[in-house]
Amino acid sequence: MSEVPTLEAPVVADLRQVLEAPPETRPRTMVLNMGPQHPSTHGVLRIVLELDGEHVVHARPDIGFLHTGIEKQCENLTYQQAVTLTDRVDYLANMSNNLCYVLAVEKLLQLEVPPRAEWMRVMLVELTRLNSHLVWLGTHAMDVGAMTMFFYCMREREDLLRIFEMFSGQRMMTSYIRIGGLALDAPRGWEQAVGRFMQTFPSRVDEYEDLLKKNPIWMNRIIGVGELDVAELVDLGVTGPMLRAAGIKTDARKDAPYSGYEKFDFEVPTFTENDVYARYRVRIEEMRESIKIINQARAGMPGGAFQADAPKVVLPEREKMKTQMEALIYHFKIVTEGFRVPAGEVYQVIESPRGELGYYVVSDGTSKPLRVHMRTPSFGNLQALARLIQGKLIADVIAILGSMDFVLGDVDR
Amino acid sequence: MDFFLLTIVKAAIIAFIFLTTLAYLQLLERKVIAHIQRRPGPYRVGPHGFLQPLADVIKLITKEDVVPPHVNRTFYILAPFFAVFFALIPICLIPFGPQVEIFGITTLMQLTDLPVGLVMVLAIGSIGIYGIALGGWASNNKYSLLGSLRSSAQMVSYELALTIAIATPLLLANTLSLQEITQAQSGFYFGFLPRWHIFQMPWPQIFSFIIFVIAAFAETNRLPFDMPEAENELIGGFHTEYSSMKFAGFFMAEYAGIVTICSIGTVLFLGGYNPLFPPELGSNFVPAFLFLGGAAILFFHALQAERWRDKITFPLFGVVFLGIAAIFAVPMLWPYLLPVFWFVMKAGVLIFLFIWVRGTLPRFRYDQLMAFAWKFLFPIALINLIITSGLVAVVS
Repeated sequence: MSEVPTLEAPVVADLRQVLEAPPETRPRTMVLNMGPQHPSTHGVLRIVLELDGEHVVHARPDIGFLHTGIEKQCENLTYQQAVTLTDRVDYLANMSNNLCYVLAVEKLLQLEVPPRAEWMRVMLVELTRLNSHLVWLGTHAMDVGAMTMFFYCMREREDLLRIFEMFSGQRMMTSYIRIGGLALDAPRGWEQAVGRFMQTFPSRVDEYEDLLKKNPIWMNRIIGVGELDVAELVDLGVTGPMLRAAGIKTDARKDAPYSGYEKFDFEVPTFTENDVYARYRVRIEEMRESIKIINQARAGMPGGAFQADAPKVVLPEREKMKTQMEALIYHFKIVTEGFRVPAGEVYQVIESPRGELGYYVVSDGTSKPLRVHMRTPSFGNLQALARLIQGKLIADVIAILGSMDFVLGDVDR
Repeated sequence: MDFFLLTIVKAAIIAFIFLTTLAYLQLLERKVIAHIQRRPGPYRVGPHGFLQPLADVIKLITKEDVVPPHVNRTFYILAPFFAVFFALIPICLIPFGPQVEIFGITTLMQLTDLPVGLVMVLAIGSIGIYGIALGGWASNNKYSLLGSLRSSAQMVSYELALTIAIATPLLLANTLSLQEITQAQSGFYFGFLPRWHIFQMPWPQIFSFIIFVIAAFAETNRLPFDMPEAENELIGGFHTEYSSMKFAGFFMAEYAGIVTICSIGTVLFLGGYNPLFPPELGSNFVPAFLFLGGAAILFFHALQAERWRDKITFPLFGVVFLGIAAIFAVPMLWPYLLPVFWFVMKAGVLIFLFIWVRGTLPRFRYDQLMAFAWKFLFPIALINLIITSGLVAVVS
């Protein structure tokens, strides 16, 4: 593996040394502090760029500006309460984070959720994937200069957020997927709402492709930009669409199916070009695959309960709680203390829109987790940044940043 | 003395109309782009955001004028003045109409007709780049510096293609005076096709025109060539450190640049103030009919308006349109109004193209932009120039 810039690498010599040196030996480079407030770093990422003209000689990403301490906070909340924090990790793919955490805890509890909850989870997570990819496409296109694309994507995202609001009452921080099933049963009229969206959305994806792929400026900007050796990508911990664009067919939905993904028929789009364009195509194709999955989930949505039959974990129905002694006791216990989870540790992996998302949950037998660690895809993907942008132009840096599709909340936790 | 007074009056009229146009051009741009992007755009200040430019001006004037401590003060303050000054000057050379007689005074509908008008316009356009370069340099900001460097390099590359594209109409018209260039394009082929340079027989200047328009985008720093600003890459580029009226200066210079370059394009290629088709076919009645049609559409929508205020504003504007149509229908006023109408229509189409492209295209990369200028535009412009000059030599 070739040299990866480290944080300790000196960028410029001491200023005094530079000024006292004879002019011909002075460095030709300029250090540009890109971010943490920059329109195209998608949050508060700071990149220290050493520039020779417009070429990047050396790049040093600096993270941590959005550190929220969510991992630590999880240790002070009961298992069910911690679900609300997982939303805030990757705020563009909140349901995926909900799901991953919930699956991990359910594994510890050895809890089976009813099929309706499983299918509903799959549908919502795929809608989340669309949501996340729409934001990615809009901001990526806007970074490259196609401003209009952003508004088109936001228009569709608005419909999606309305659907999420319909389900959970919240547009972004849904916390809809809970340990033991879902927070509520699906609202009345959800079939129509999702159906309406699915009716128009496929043609909209084609429209985006038309607008972008037929534009030579766009194609010139992204084809052949941001290539990196596949082995190096794997070594750096890159996952998800970025790795699939490099020709490696890896997808947790296929490799380690969870939440009933094995029952769905879909493809894992892979491309071998390994540039920004391939990443763009992977994500566009993923949107199409997600559409397939959502349609299958809609068509075959099972009826029945939306929560597991586990009175010690799942809150009882309101009616039962008022009439039955046992239900009242369970309700009281769950609300005041939370439920106890058997001691043990579990690592659960799912495929988030950004790549491999893993939650490592350790329980010591109490009602609060001993440790929750998140292996977030954005963090892994960001590792490749310094290598990807080395020797590129500033304009390419922006295009590559956009193609990596990271969320800084996901990086810093 | 008479000449002096006349010039002042003309300058005042042109300055007033030009500055108002600039303010409303910005509203037009925001509206058009908003509709491309499926949103209403400015809507709150006045009916359909009609007073938005006024609000913007008030906002910009009353904003705190920050001069950051790390700037080169002299040039930092001078740069926006430079930019706006040289952006506003070329308009005084643009002919809006032929010689007319008004109140017994014979005068050109143009502030001044220099014999070297076009060279003057190009020279001023080139000086205008100093505003951007100085602004970026004096800001002592790395983004600004990169922006102004990009801008300078871009200007040098595109000015070449632009100048060669401009040279062909000059060869055809055999003059540098913008008034005479316009007059050379009057008349019609076969009684209907205008003798504009873009339709010039036997070798239409269509390539020249396209190169001119592309280079004009680069000259005015507009998408897809907005490298110097590129807010996604360089935040604001050369104007990152500017605020208040100094920022407004750059902003105004950009729009003034668009109007100027579109006017030049109109004069050089689209026949300036000459009508689209001959008066024998009724071109004199076009403006009256257009405004009449506009009024009819407004009245029609007023009948179906859902909101109460539309029921007032739509007919109001309809009446205004009717009034304009009535003015355009008076044959006595035709010599003054028709040339201006045709000129504004043509320049307006070009300006609309500028806005439309901004809403549609992504941005070039810097090296692609340079390669495009030197490897594509420049050779084509050169070939076109050679063919045209050969034809001119053979014909004359």
